[in-house]
Amino acid sequence: MTTTKERKERYLGDNPRFLAGLFMSPAVLYIIALVGFPFILAIVYAFTDISTGNPELDFVGWATFNRVLDDPVFREALWNTFLFAVIANVLVVVLATALAEILIRDFKGKWLVRFLVLLPWVAPVSLATITWLWTLDSIFSPIDWVLRQVGLITENMYWLGRPGTAMTSVIAVQTWRIVPLAAVIVLAGLIAIPSDITDAVAVDGAGFWRRMFQVTIPLLAPIIAVAVLFGVILTISDMSVVYVLTRGGPTNSTQVLSTWAFIKGIEGGALAQGAAVALFLLPVLIGITAVVLRLARRREVM
Amino acid sequence: MTWGDTDIQTLQRQADRRRRLGRFGLYAGAILFAFLAAFPFSWALISMFKQSSDLYVKENNPFWFNEAPTLEHMRLLFLETNYLTFIRNTIFVGLVVTAITLLIALPAAYALARLRLRWGERLGIAIFLVYLIPPTLLFIPMTRVITNLGLQESLWSLILVYPTITIPISAWLLMGFFKGIPMDLEEQAMVDGHSRMGAIARVVLPLMFPGIIAVVVFAFTLSAHEFIYALAFNKSSAVKTIATGVPTELIRGDVFFWQSLQGAVILIAVPIALLFNAFLDRFIKGFTMGAVKG
Repeated sequence: MTTTKERKERYLGDNPRFLAGLFMSPAVLYIIALVGFPFILAIVYAFTDISTGNPELDFVGWATFNRVLDDPVFREALWNTFLFAVIANVLVVVLATALAEILIRDFKGKWLVRFLVLLPWVAPVSLATITWLWTLDSIFSPIDWVLRQVGLITENMYWLGRPGTAMTSVIAVQTWRIVPLAAVIVLAGLIAIPSDITDAVAVDGAGFWRRMFQVTIPLLAPIIAVAVLFGVILTISDMSVVYVLTRGGPTNSTQVLSTWAFIKGIEGGALAQGAAVALFLLPVLIGITAVVLRLARRREVM
Repeated sequence: MTWGDTDIQTLQRQADRRRRLGRFGLYAGAILFAFLAAFPFSWALISMFKQSSDLYVKENNPFWFNEAPTLEHMRLLFLETNYLTFIRNTIFVGLVVTAITLLIALPAAYALARLRLRWGERLGIAIFLVYLIPPTLLFIPMTRVITNLGLQESLWSLILVYPTITIPISAWLLMGFFKGIPMDLEEQAMVDGHSRMGAIARVVLPLMFPGIIAVVVFAFTLSAHEFIYALAFNKSSAVKTIATGVPTELIRGDVFFWQSLQGAVILIAVPIALLFNAFLDRFIKGFTMGAVKG
């Protein structure tokens, strides 16, 4: 007769510790090899002068950073990245909360609305941006056509051809793309709010706006923080919208860190400088990580 | 104090009016959002069938056919560009990446949800944090790694790298789905004499099927979306995906194949959107369950 212990661990796979190691190690190894290692390499590169023409790792201290910082285009890109993230995310939060409030209600044709509203997010970014490239075309823009018809303009706007309108366009397209994702995140939070809370407040006579601002939004704050988190990461790190719409132009007026890192590092072959430019995203990412960890500890949403 | 009939009627009328106003606001909002989101796509849907002599006239109404619609540009897209190659590449990369993702993320998610690891919770959060490291930070050294491995200009470079994007998010989703399955079921199977592996294979995995399908859709979509790595690693058109091929190959210098471009976008975006929509509720469930303490 076997004891319970032997019986329980008759198979090697029944030992939870062994099994945990077996199950976790492929994921952990994959991520160490292909995220951890390149991540360290990115930091190492920034302290060398490596380029595609000179693939040796010669350490040069802060020289690469100094060269990057002396470049006025870099400073413009840094400022644009900041501007871009702040304006787009303020718009995203407002619009996504409104959209989530709509999508949580039942109405006729809801599936169609949901399908259309999600299109900007679920279509591959670079392709979704192409539709805007044509919508903002210098000659054939339908927006300009409408504005001409109603008599607001006589000349075309050249949306992507002038610094101010180009920046506005890039921010608008990025907002357009992220709102659906943020709305879905906020929607998940709305579903989690017990309806008896809002019902009770409604019975007590609070109107829609009071319910919204004094009950729903404070309860939603943690999940809105998660939506902002994703929004910030997407706006500071995504290069496809800028790359497809303007390639950073006209004359670098819409250049952001990600496009500049790509243009320097891959197209220009200055790997060290490209890596150094991208590293400027790191402080923001570390800040975001700290927020995630705090949220996780409070365990309100995570 | 008693209420008169008229008072009650007035109150009812007021409530009615408020409700109708609310419904009106709801529909107006829904239509406005749908319009703003779909506007460039709906216009693309029209433009893709336009004749050039119609499209390239500044004064023509861009929202309607001023001349008879034509399929000429769709023919061009499929027969005279590499569109089908891009689609084939995207599907191939997507399928292999999804398979790798499941093989690696499924056991990890099980361990995180079930095995009460000492570092379990921290490990779960660590995996989530990996998702927050954007490709922008990694693509420059990664390009060198790929070159040193001799994988540049090959679909295998993407197959190697994309799981770093799909594994963390898939593990998180799957962890949520595992937590949704009562632990008693597999404990009962183990009491009945199955090994833990046997219990997983016979009891847990069949119940996980809907969750696994959701993750397949999610991982496939993510790999079809990816832009930076695909742009940095592969420059010849035979190994481009839709995300990089369509924007770079259908625009040559200043010559835009606009109708074909619009068609290329619509024919990809609509099926992916339909698929994604069908699974949206399941995604939301998985993500929120993943956040529940196990």
